[in-house]
Amino acid sequence: MSAQTPPEGTTGARVEVVGLSAGYGRRQVLDSVRLTVGPGGWLAVIGPNGSGKSTLLRSVLGFHRHEGQVRVDGVPTNGMPRRERARAMAYAPQIPVLPEGITTSDYVTLGRTPHRPLLAAPRGVDRRVVADVMERLGLGPMAKRPLATLSGGEQQRAVLARALAQQPRVLLLDEPTASLDLGHAQQVLDLVDLLRRQDGLTVVSTLHDLTLAGQYADRLALLSGGRVVAEGTPAEVLTAEALSAHYGARAQVVAGPGGPAVLPVRSVG
Amino acid sequence: MTATAGSGTRSQPGGPAPATPRGRRRPGLVLAGSGVALLLALLVGVWVGALPLAPGAVVATLLDHLLGPLGIDVPGGLSGTEEAVLLKLRLPRVLLAALVGAALAVAGAAYQGVFRNPLADPYLLGAAAGAGLGATLVIAYSPVQSLGPVGIVPLAAFAGALLGVGSALLLGAVTGGSHGPTLLLAGIAVAAFLSAGQTLVQQKNTDDLREIYGWLLGQLGKAQWSDVLVVLPYLGVSCLVLLLCGRALDVLAVGDDEASSLGVHPGRLRLLVIVAASLATASAVAVSGLIGFVGLVVPHIARRFVGGSNARLLPVSLLVGGAFLVLTDVVARVVVAPAELPIGVVTAFIGAPFFAGLLWFGARRR
Repeated sequence: MSAQTPPEGTTGARVEVVGLSAGYGRRQVLDSVRLTVGPGGWLAVIGPNGSGKSTLLRSVLGFHRHEGQVRVDGVPTNGMPRRERARAMAYAPQIPVLPEGITTSDYVTLGRTPHRPLLAAPRGVDRRVVADVMERLGLGPMAKRPLATLSGGEQQRAVLARALAQQPRVLLLDEPTASLDLGHAQQVLDLVDLLRRQDGLTVVSTLHDLTLAGQYADRLALLSGGRVVAEGTPAEVLTAEALSAHYGARAQVVAGPGGPAVLPVRSVG
Repeated sequence: MTATAGSGTRSQPGGPAPATPRGRRRPGLVLAGSGVALLLALLVGVWVGALPLAPGAVVATLLDHLLGPLGIDVPGGLSGTEEAVLLKLRLPRVLLAALVGAALAVAGAAYQGVFRNPLADPYLLGAAAGAGLGATLVIAYSPVQSLGPVGIVPLAAFAGALLGVGSALLLGAVTGGSHGPTLLLAGIAVAAFLSAGQTLVQQKNTDDLREIYGWLLGQLGKAQWSDVLVVLPYLGVSCLVLLLCGRALDVLAVGDDEASSLGVHPGRLRLLVIVAASLATASAVAVSGLIGFVGLVVPHIARRFVGGSNARLLPVSLLVGGAFLVLTDVVARVVVAPAELPIGVVTAFIGAPFFAGLLWFGARRR
């Protein structure tokens, strides 16, 4: 229990998902999903609405009853105590619940929960980590402001800060850009990419914007009907055929500056 | 435990902090202020009454009793009759009011936190309805007035309250787990059923109507030392558990999934808090009847001063709740002296305008 800040550059973990099946009642949503993300990698899970992207993330985190195994650096998470799992993996949901009447720094401090006894007050090391994270994410000036008064983009960064305050080795992000305009979406994704490069964090995210997914993630997994139907580099996964087959979408995939870009095509007549 | 809260990010380069009311930056100060308020309320509570006691003499008598065993005599105490009034009537009553108010307020704050619902109060899951049914049943049908040293009505009310909450928890568990909305609806169903039973018994026993109503509206007039001593262990333990759960409740405020991802077990925590809050409520109800409003509104008053963090809100609610009920009890026994108003009526009569004013000024300040 020495009060030391872990050195900068905590390394990310390898995440393996093996034979993961899950459902709601009798309806099966995920069918033997198999995925691997190397340390420091960014895997974006893409797929049409209802393909099971969110359920996949929630199953990986152990919130959703599932069969199969999730391993972090080879260690199955099933038997892991919840706090230990919380020190390995941090999660930012698609629609985060932002508590009322608390300041931004209090909110970010919640990320320290798995690192201290549940009843104990935050210690010096917790405050240091929180201050560092908030500074890195440009939230320093908002520390004392009520969370509710922040803009949408700032709130998204606060959620990210809370997850980073956990000092996780894996960051699971469910649609981190869902409610953001293009500029703010890019800011958040740039930030995640920077953190990944600086800390070697492993990132697993769902992303509905395919072009952004292709630009930021180094690997994509296309989920359709509960199965991984394509996995690989953005260029391998993002094809007009795949978009037509699994999204029912008419689109061209053109070579963009930062990777393949998906261009919707309007039907004529 | 609150010092850290204020200095949480002192190392930050000082940025503007426009929207933060003063109190939220100094939770330690607010906590100390609430403590002082409770102390003052207790003193006012023993000074004021049908027989006013001189403040100085009261303090002297109390010090004399506290320091007496150490061989220190404090002069200037009360006369014999006055001392009897102080020790036998006023002190137990004031202490009981403080305990009940504190318990209801902290239980209310805990319920609001656990259900993430500002309208939650300690009676939500059937505690009031169960206690009402229990008390009405024994007032109407019990041949005995007490079991040993404990009155039969408090016992029945206590058992009824726990039965009510227990049924709600059970119903919630079999119908969909401990999730907030399902449990709330289960509580509403149980409460409606038990209330209907209470009304039925009451209507069949109109002779006892007056006593039943007296109990339903809350009463501290019969407070004795034995009441204080009987509830103290239950209230003490349950309130302590709730205060310790404050930080965990703050984690729960981000939703079940995120709380899980932070290493917390939402279901277990919720159950612990509900059980502790219900025990506190049942004990309070047993000795005081149904005193409304305190558990609902005191947490909101406290929230105005310390913000939404449960770690700060619960202790402040506890102190403010105690002070609030002691003062309303003073009003209840003074305005129509030597008769008394039911305290449950007074809490709403004083509390509602006070709270409305707080909302009004809070809105104008923004």
